[in-house]
Amino acid sequence: MSESPPTSPMPHIRHGSNIGQPLTRRDGILKVTGAARYAADNHPNGLAYAVLALSSIARGRVAFLDVQAAKSHPGVVEVITPANRPALAEDPDAKTNPFMFKLDLLQSDRVRYANQPIAVVVAETLEAATEGAALLAPKYEVEDPIVALDAGESFVPPSVGVGNPSEIYKGDVAKKLAAAANRLDVTYETPPQYHNPMEPHAIVAAWDGDMLSIDTPSQALAMAQGRLAGLFGISPDNIHIRSPFLGGGFGSKGFISGPQVLGVIAARMVGRPVKLVLRREQMFGPVGHRAPTRQTIRMGTDAQGKLTAIAHHTRTQSSTFDDFFEPASDASHTLYASPAISTSHDAVRVDTGTPLFMRAPGEATGSIALESAIDEMANACGMDPLTFRLANYADVEPISGKPFSSKALRECYTRGAERFGWAGRPLRTGQMRDRDGLLVGWGMGTATFPALMFQANAKATLRRDGQGMMEIGAHDMGQGAWTALAQIAADALALDMEAIAFRSGTSDLPDAGIAGGSAHTATAGMAIHNAGAAVIAALADLATSDAKSPLFGAGNGGVIARGGCLYARNDESRNESFADILSRAGRDEISAQGQSAADPSAQETYAMHSHGAVFAEVKVDPDLGQIRTTRVVGAFAAGRIINPRMVESQLLGGMIWGVSFALHEQAHMDRRSGRIINANLGEYYIPVNADVPSVEAITVEEVDSHVNALGIKGVGEIGITGTAGAIANAVWHATGIRVRKFPITLDQLITG
Amino acid sequence: MKSFEYVRPTTVREAVAAASEPGSAYLAAGSNLLDLMKGGVVAPDRLVDITHLTGLDRIETLANGSVRIGALVRNAELAHDAHFASHFPAVAEALLSGATAQLRNAATVGGNLLQRTRCGYFYDAASACNKRVAGAGCDARGGDNRLHAVLGWSENCIATHPSDFCVPLVAFDTVVEVEGRAGKRDIPLDQLHCLPADAPERDTVLERGDMIVAIRLPAAADRFAPHSRYLKVRERTSYAFAVVSAAAALRLDAGRILEARVALGGVALKPWRAREAELLLAGNQADAALFHRAATAALVDAKPSGDNGFKIELARRIIVRALSLAASGTPARVAALPASAFASGVTHHV
Repeated sequence: MSESPPTSPMPHIRHGSNIGQPLTRRDGILKVTGAARYAADNHPNGLAYAVLALSSIARGRVAFLDVQAAKSHPGVVEVITPANRPALAEDPDAKTNPFMFKLDLLQSDRVRYANQPIAVVVAETLEAATEGAALLAPKYEVEDPIVALDAGESFVPPSVGVGNPSEIYKGDVAKKLAAAANRLDVTYETPPQYHNPMEPHAIVAAWDGDMLSIDTPSQALAMAQGRLAGLFGISPDNIHIRSPFLGGGFGSKGFISGPQVLGVIAARMVGRPVKLVLRREQMFGPVGHRAPTRQTIRMGTDAQGKLTAIAHHTRTQSSTFDDFFEPASDASHTLYASPAISTSHDAVRVDTGTPLFMRAPGEATGSIALESAIDEMANACGMDPLTFRLANYADVEPISGKPFSSKALRECYTRGAERFGWAGRPLRTGQMRDRDGLLVGWGMGTATFPALMFQANAKATLRRDGQGMMEIGAHDMGQGAWTALAQIAADALALDMEAIAFRSGTSDLPDAGIAGGSAHTATAGMAIHNAGAAVIAALADLATSDAKSPLFGAGNGGVIARGGCLYARNDESRNESFADILSRAGRDEISAQGQSAADPSAQETYAMHSHGAVFAEVKVDPDLGQIRTTRVVGAFAAGRIINPRMVESQLLGGMIWGVSFALHEQAHMDRRSGRIINANLGEYYIPVNADVPSVEAITVEEVDSHVNALGIKGVGEIGITGTAGAIANAVWHATGIRVRKFPITLDQLITG
Repeated sequence: MKSFEYVRPTTVREAVAAASEPGSAYLAAGSNLLDLMKGGVVAPDRLVDITHLTGLDRIETLANGSVRIGALVRNAELAHDAHFASHFPAVAEALLSGATAQLRNAATVGGNLLQRTRCGYFYDAASACNKRVAGAGCDARGGDNRLHAVLGWSENCIATHPSDFCVPLVAFDTVVEVEGRAGKRDIPLDQLHCLPADAPERDTVLERGDMIVAIRLPAAADRFAPHSRYLKVRERTSYAFAVVSAAAALRLDAGRILEARVALGGVALKPWRAREAELLLAGNQADAALFHRAATAALVDAKPSGDNGFKIELARRIIVRALSLAASGTPARVAALPASAFASGVTHHV
């Protein structure tokens, strides 16, 4: 039932272990030839097209929809509004756990943010559905929206991020600040940002009785299956989701979104397969975003430049109807040693869609503020920013006091600084010019991201023909899961890459957990590793208990698996191939399951984080204020690297997002209407190639025997952190102007 | 999408007749028009596809020395035409600083002149826009207007014209050849685009059915070629419209300016010819102090239309820089990052 795994016409040559090899993407040829089938590429027979009508107001109610006009348009099959939307088994506004987000599924005529779905038009063609949606010409009862960080009553949320405490205190910050030799008290602002993966949210849904078949991009197949099962009152087993490839997700595809569910509702209503694809401007509202923040950081040091206090407070916002609070202050928990640290958050409720996880949620927003503040503090102490960071290096996790499971951050600082050429950087600003007279500045930032693990299952099979198979419903968002997880699978099965089938990307396979939190390779990888170990153990039982096997009785000394054979550990002349063992046992195949989860005792004992050091060079036109990032070097320690090529790509992508965060990306919201005025990729700026002429990612060797048996930490999000701050600091170093409102734009430099 | 009629005439006369019907629009590359139609910003009843008309894709030097460029010449073709680029380097530089390689390969010369503003409120069908719907109001006033006009705007419209190409063209007295219901006529480019005043719904002086068939650069314009530059400040290094841009061209004799041309982009609803600056420059020794006086003169009538006061100072600085770049001479070839502050080897300080 599952999607065929991708194949590469060029076999990979294995050099020893598959893990650690820089293999190219196994699905690369499919992708560059267009043969990779993304959700919207599916066209089942009888397909109808659904188009959303979205609210153009941010607050109020829909008073009228011209359903007749839409229905009369040639080709329109159905118009779905709150008046005729079929009942659901579960209230879309129900929230029974923090990982459940409220959905707008036409439950009422109430409008609670701009671009909220208010109707769905289904038609024979995309064009007819599009025109039908336009013909609805909604009339509204408009209320004044509230969208600003200052609007409304602020409150302290019960938790931020995923169940993190809103406020954490260690030591007496006020006292330490009062006694500090050097003090800093500064406020930074970060803008709203919207997920814009290249592939917008898309779904092709088909019902057959109570069976539901879906093509849609998902970062969490089992969670999507469970959510849909609840909403439609059917068993999760009735729902089959195919998600072999995602054109990026960045968190926005972690939970099935309202628009995707509306595609399923539409298919049920019209009794035909339905395709629903968001237009680019429809990405700005109903599928999550990164909330804006205003962060106040106070720091104090002693006369030697040792931090004595860090206080990091974040004001952020959530929607009026649901809770997600960007945990930006948490960035100050782990990086810098200080006897007194406080982190706190408060929030306001505004008329926007609910913010959600967006690549490095909290870490990205918090890091740019913290790393800017550290730079400002270093300057106040008259110290080089790297020297200052080393002087305040945290040998244990500052708040918890736990040792780190591993932390090669010193090596990252050293390697990154060497590669970049940090030595000789003038302490004062505005000291460097290039031969064209452009101001040159160098800045740095520390990168960090927690090493998380979720729970997953995998199934491993060895067959009599010498082939193996690994099955896990994992998610390739473009990060290379098809390749990296297959490498782990091949090693787990003691077979070459060519001798295994790796099945993934569908919901009928074992649950791989969520592809989020930079934890997918660790989580799915460990399930694969354990499933492989389990099937090898089962095979070893067959051999060592079979009097006819050369391995009979070798159980006590143990066997090892290598290259499709089992060997007696203490006498490798005693060996037998997997195929022979199964043949003699009269078995076609042997299977076993493996599970993964974080080890609670290791988590109790150790602080687990990836780290990095990012160094950036910017050039700034001294008169015109235009900024360009000319060079970025990042050195990262992230435990064991499964595939260096994929990892480099992940790190580069994150670092480029860091450039974007510092200099480009922001949604411009009209404060009066609550509408986003640049909801397109022409005006919602992200870097183009000319903005990132030189970005380099180095990985520093780090062995971590505590995070998991494979020693994997994760690299998906860390690249943003550190980088954004490094660029902000480089702009200051070039110009002497400290911009605290991100992104840094040229008007802030020419008037600053 | 709303249904519309699609016609493909075979002669200019047929095209003009077809487009003279109310609700018609000419379609060339469609790099702007089709986006506007998909976004519900415009909804023509009929598209008159002129891409198959013959004779409109030539670049030719006329007997009087002027250069005539057909309306269907693609932006990239013109920019990469070696003869044209050597005679009008600032025009080539401006073309290459616009949009992306893909768009430049498709977009036409005529279409470039007629592209609509990039004001976000014009594109957002739910916002009030006098340009989109006459008399509807202007939500850009008091809204997100950091990049809006500082010259020639009115309470009714603060949008800007986004073209790079038009900026040096207007500096060089380019003439637009139009065919309409009453036959052919010439319109100086400087008089093609309308400032908003009380009727921002009107982009240009063109009448129903009017079709741009060519533009002409006068022979005299190529005398500026040795000292001719375009400079564009933008919020990312490529694929962004100008925050402010400037074309500057000089005829120099031993450091003395015989004649100057200056125009600004991104500041008004039309490419903005700075004649006050030109007058001030002519006859004087080219130096920094003079350039500053010229820049001040060019912006004397400027005023913010919102949170965009910085554009006035930025425009002055761009004029000074563009003039100093022009004075130091046109580079032998257009830089890899055309018209950019980061075009290595061309940044000079006066």
